[in-house]
Amino acid sequence: MEAGVVAALSDVDLDLRAGQLTVLLGASGSGKSTLLNLLGGLDVPSSGEVRYLGVPLPVRVNDALTEYRRRHVGFVFQFYHLIPGLTARENVALVAEIADAPLTPEQALARVGLSDRLDHFPSQLSGGEQQRVAIARAIVKRPRVLLCDEPTGALDVATGRLVLQVLEEVSRDPATTTAIITHNVAIGSLADQVLHLSSGRIVGREQHESRVPVASIVW
Amino acid sequence: MTTLQRKLWRELWQLRLQLLSIALVVAAGVMTVVTMNGSYWSLLAARDQYYQQTRFADVWVGLKRAPQSLVARVAALPGVMAAEARVTSLARLDLGGEGPPAEARMLGLPAPARPAINNIVLLRGRYLADGTAREVIVSEKFAAARDLQPGAEIAVILNGRRQRLTVVGVASSPEHSYAVPPGSLLPDYRRFGVLWVGSGFLAAALDMEGGFNELTLRLESTARREQVIASVDALLEPQGGLGAYGREDQVSALVLANEMRQLRVLGSLVPAIFLGVAMFLLHQVMERLISTQRGEIAILKAFGYRDLEAGLHFLGFALAPALMGAALGMLAGVRLGAAQVSLYGEYFELPELAYQTSTPLLLLATGASLLAAISGAASAVQKVVRLPPSVALQPAPPATYHSGWLEALGVLRKLPAGFRLVLRTLVRQPAHALMNVLGIASALAILVVGFLLFDSIDFLMDRQFRQMQQEDLNLTFTHEVSAEVSFELQRLPGVTAVETWRTAPARFRHGHLEQEVLVTAFAPGSRLRRLLDAEGRQLRLPSEGLLLSAQLANNLRLAAGDNVDVEWLDGRRLRSTLTIAATIDDYLGTAAYLSSEALQRATGTSALASGAWLATTDDDVAALYARLTQRPAVAGINSPHDLLQLFEAQMAKTLTVSSAFLLGFASLIAFGVLYNSARIALAERCRELASMRVMGFRPHEVAALLLGEQVVLMVLALPLGCAFGYWLTSGIIASIASDTYRMPLVAEGSSFAMAIAVVLLVSSISLLFVRRRLDRLDLIAALKTRE
Repeated sequence: MEAGVVAALSDVDLDLRAGQLTVLLGASGSGKSTLLNLLGGLDVPSSGEVRYLGVPLPVRVNDALTEYRRRHVGFVFQFYHLIPGLTARENVALVAEIADAPLTPEQALARVGLSDRLDHFPSQLSGGEQQRVAIARAIVKRPRVLLCDEPTGALDVATGRLVLQVLEEVSRDPATTTAIITHNVAIGSLADQVLHLSSGRIVGREQHESRVPVASIVW
Repeated sequence: MTTLQRKLWRELWQLRLQLLSIALVVAAGVMTVVTMNGSYWSLLAARDQYYQQTRFADVWVGLKRAPQSLVARVAALPGVMAAEARVTSLARLDLGGEGPPAEARMLGLPAPARPAINNIVLLRGRYLADGTAREVIVSEKFAAARDLQPGAEIAVILNGRRQRLTVVGVASSPEHSYAVPPGSLLPDYRRFGVLWVGSGFLAAALDMEGGFNELTLRLESTARREQVIASVDALLEPQGGLGAYGREDQVSALVLANEMRQLRVLGSLVPAIFLGVAMFLLHQVMERLISTQRGEIAILKAFGYRDLEAGLHFLGFALAPALMGAALGMLAGVRLGAAQVSLYGEYFELPELAYQTSTPLLLLATGASLLAAISGAASAVQKVVRLPPSVALQPAPPATYHSGWLEALGVLRKLPAGFRLVLRTLVRQPAHALMNVLGIASALAILVVGFLLFDSIDFLMDRQFRQMQQEDLNLTFTHEVSAEVSFELQRLPGVTAVETWRTAPARFRHGHLEQEVLVTAFAPGSRLRRLLDAEGRQLRLPSEGLLLSAQLANNLRLAAGDNVDVEWLDGRRLRSTLTIAATIDDYLGTAAYLSSEALQRATGTSALASGAWLATTDDDVAALYARLTQRPAVAGINSPHDLLQLFEAQMAKTLTVSSAFLLGFASLIAFGVLYNSARIALAERCRELASMRVMGFRPHEVAALLLGEQVVLMVLALPLGCAFGYWLTSGIIASIASDTYRMPLVAEGSSFAMAIAVVLLVSSISLLFVRRRLDRLDLIAALKTRE
C-alpha cells in the first residue's frame, strides 16, 4: 500500500456459497459498499482477486466484467433506483430482456407480491412497493449472485419486514448466493452467515445453524 | 419494441417542446440545404443542357460594320472552333397601347438552316421560312407580356422605316434569358423583347448587305478564352471591332452565373449556421439529460447493459430530433425548392428547368443533420460510455461556487441577493453563458443582415433613380444626331427642359491595365443629371478631365491627377490622354464622365447627341409619347420613375417572402436557444427554487431569479448580435461588389430596432412557456428530487 492512499478494504477473505444468505454488517465507512461493488463486478480490487465459481473475475473494469453482471448478478439498492419513466412491469422487463433464461416480469413481480401493481409507475408506488419492484428486477434474470445494499435502509419496520421476507424466500433457491449489506444488526439473525466489517477488515464471523423467521425480527 | 426503446420514446415525449424546438432548427438547416442546393443543381443541369442544345457562343464581338470575308479569318484563329457573323440592331416597335413604346433587340438568323452558334429553342409556331421573308420569331416573355401569338402582325421601326412583320413563332435563347433593355438594369418584358428575323431581311433593312456587325465564336474545349479574345481584338480592331468579350461577361450568362454562385455560397453558409446552433442546443440538452439520469445509467450498467448499449440509448435523444428535423426539412425543402425553381423559371427562360431532388442531396442533408446531432451529443454520450457504474451509483458532487473576481470587484455586495445569485450562476459557467449569448446573437444577426440589406437596396435605388436621375424621360437615339435636336425636343408640348447626352465607347489604358468603358458626356451645368458621391454631396462635372467611378479608378490603379490613355473605339479611333479630375464613389456600373465639349475635342467631332434627358409636365404624357414615337431617330424611351416603380413592385414581393423567412429562421433560433437554456436552468435549480417557494417567496420572485439569468444573457446578446449582423452585412456587401453594382452599407437605426424587437418578442414568448412550467412546479416532488 502506498503512503497516503486509504484502503477501503484490506485482508478481506471470504466465501459465499450457493443457497446461503450472508449478511455483511458494519457501520458506515466500514467498507461494506466497496465489498459489494467488488462482489458484483462494479469495481475491481487494487490487489487480490475475486473468484466466481472458482474462476477469477477480470482485474480491470472491462466488457468481461459487464458480461459477468449481465449473466449472473442481481442488485437491490437502498434507494431502489427504479427508472421513473417505466412501469413496474417495464422496470423488470428492462433486465429480463438482456438475460439468458429469465422469469417473465409478471412471474418476478408475483414472487414479490405485486401482481396487482404491474402497470403502476414508481411515483404511484409506496417505498416498500418500489423496493419490491427493485427485488423483482434483481431476481427476474434468476441470478446466481443476489447482492442487496441496505435494502431496508429507507423503509419503516413493517415495510422493511415485508421486503426482507421476500429476500429470505429468494435466498432459499439452492442455485442463488445472496448477500445483504446492512448496518442493522437485527437483520443478521436472518442469515446463515454473518460477517462483521470495521475499517475495511472482517473483524468477526458468525455461522447460524438455522435462520430466525423474519416476523420475529425487531429493530 | 424493447423496454429500453420504450423508455426512450417516453422520455422523448416528456422533453417534446425542447426537442421540437431543436428539430425545427435542424429542419430549417436541412430545408435550406435541400432548397438552395437543389435549386443550384437544377439550374446547373438546365443551363448546361440549354447551352449545349443551342450551341451557346463562347465569345462575342461587336463591330460597326465588317465584310463577310473577315469571318473566315477569325475562324482560322487558333482555339476557334467556329465563327458566325450576324446583323443586329435595336428597333422601336409600334404595338399601340398606353405608355412608352416598346423596344426590341433585332437579331438576324440564317434561314431555313439554323444558326451554327446561338441557336434558338422554338416553343410555338415554326422557324423562319427563308432569310428574306417578312417574318419574325418573338422571345417568349415579351410574347406573353404583349400577347403575341403566331399569326399576329407587328410594326417595327428599323433604320427610320416602318416595316410590318408577321409573327411565325415564339422562342427562347440563353443569350436573352435575362433581357435588359439598353440603359436599364432590370428586365421589363412589356417594354423590351427580342425579335429574330431573317438575316437577309435585316441586312437589307439596315443597309448592311454583304456585311455584319456582330460575330459570335465557339471555342475548342482546350482553348484559353483570354488568349482568343486578345487575338480576336488584334485582328478586328483595325476593322472597327468594339472589343470582344467572353461568356462570363455576357449579360444573361453573367446574371445567371451570379445567381448560381450566390445560391452555392448561401447553400452552404446558411445551413451551417442552423446546424451549428442545433449542435450547440443538443449539446446542452444532452449534458443536462445525462446529469439527471445518472441513476438510470448506473442501473443499466449494474444490470449488465453494455457501455455501447447505454451510449446508443442516450444518443437516441439527439438522433430523434435530428431525424425529425431532417424529415420535416426535406419535405419543406422539396416544396420550397420547387417554388424557388419555378420563380427562377419566370426570371430566366430555361426551357428544361425543373426542380430535381436527387437522392445524394437528400442523403447529404440527412447526413449533415445526423452529423450535427452526433457532434452535439458526442461529449455526453462519451460520458455515459465512460461512467463506471460504481461511480454512477453515487450522487454527483454538488456544483462548486466560490468567490471569484465578481466578489473581488465588491459591486456584488451592494446588489440584492437574488441578483447576486443570477450573476454568480452566469459567472460559474462562463463558456455555457457565452454559447447562449452567441446563439441569441446569431438569431439577431440574421435579422440585422436581412434588414440592412433591404436598407441598402432601398438607398441604392433611391440614390440612383430619384436623386441622380432627375429627368422624367430618357431618350436614346438610333444613331448620333446633332445636339441641336434639343431645340426641336424643347418645342414638344409638355416638355419643360431638355439636355442632350452622348456616349462614346473607349478603351482606357494605364500601364499594363486596360478596360473598355462607355464614356458619358453631358454639360457641366446639368440640372437633370446630378453626380453624387457616397456621402450624397453633389459633384460638378469638370469642364476638363475625367470623373471616374472609384471602382473603375481602382481597377486601373488610377487616382485623381493621374493621366490615362484613351483609345476611342468609334469612328476614327483617335487616341488621347486625359487627366483624372476626380473619382466618385458610386454604386452602379463603371462610369466615366466627361464634359460634352471635352469629348468633342478628344474625338474631333461636332456637338453630337446619343440621347436626351427630358423634364416634362405631368399632363398628357400619352400625347408626348405619341409625338416622340413618330420621330424616327428615337430608338427608346425610358422613364426612371416607371423603372423604379417596376423595381419596387418586384422588391415588395421578394421583400415580403424574404422577411417572412428571416423572421421564421431567427425566431426558431432565438426560441430554441432561450427556451432550452431556461428549461435547463429550471431543471438544474428546481430544488433550490422549490425551497425558496417553500420559504415563502412568491412565484414571480422565484421566476425573476430563474429568468433573470436568461434576461441577462439576452441583454448581453443584443449589442453583440447587432455588431455581428453589421459585420456580416459589410462582409456580404464587400463580397458582392463588382463592376456591375456595389451596395452601400446603410445602417438605419430603425432596422436594428426592428430586429431587436423581434428577438425580444420571441424571447419573451419562450420565457413565458418556462414561467408557466415554473408556476406549476410541484414543490414537494421537487424537494424530494435527489441531486
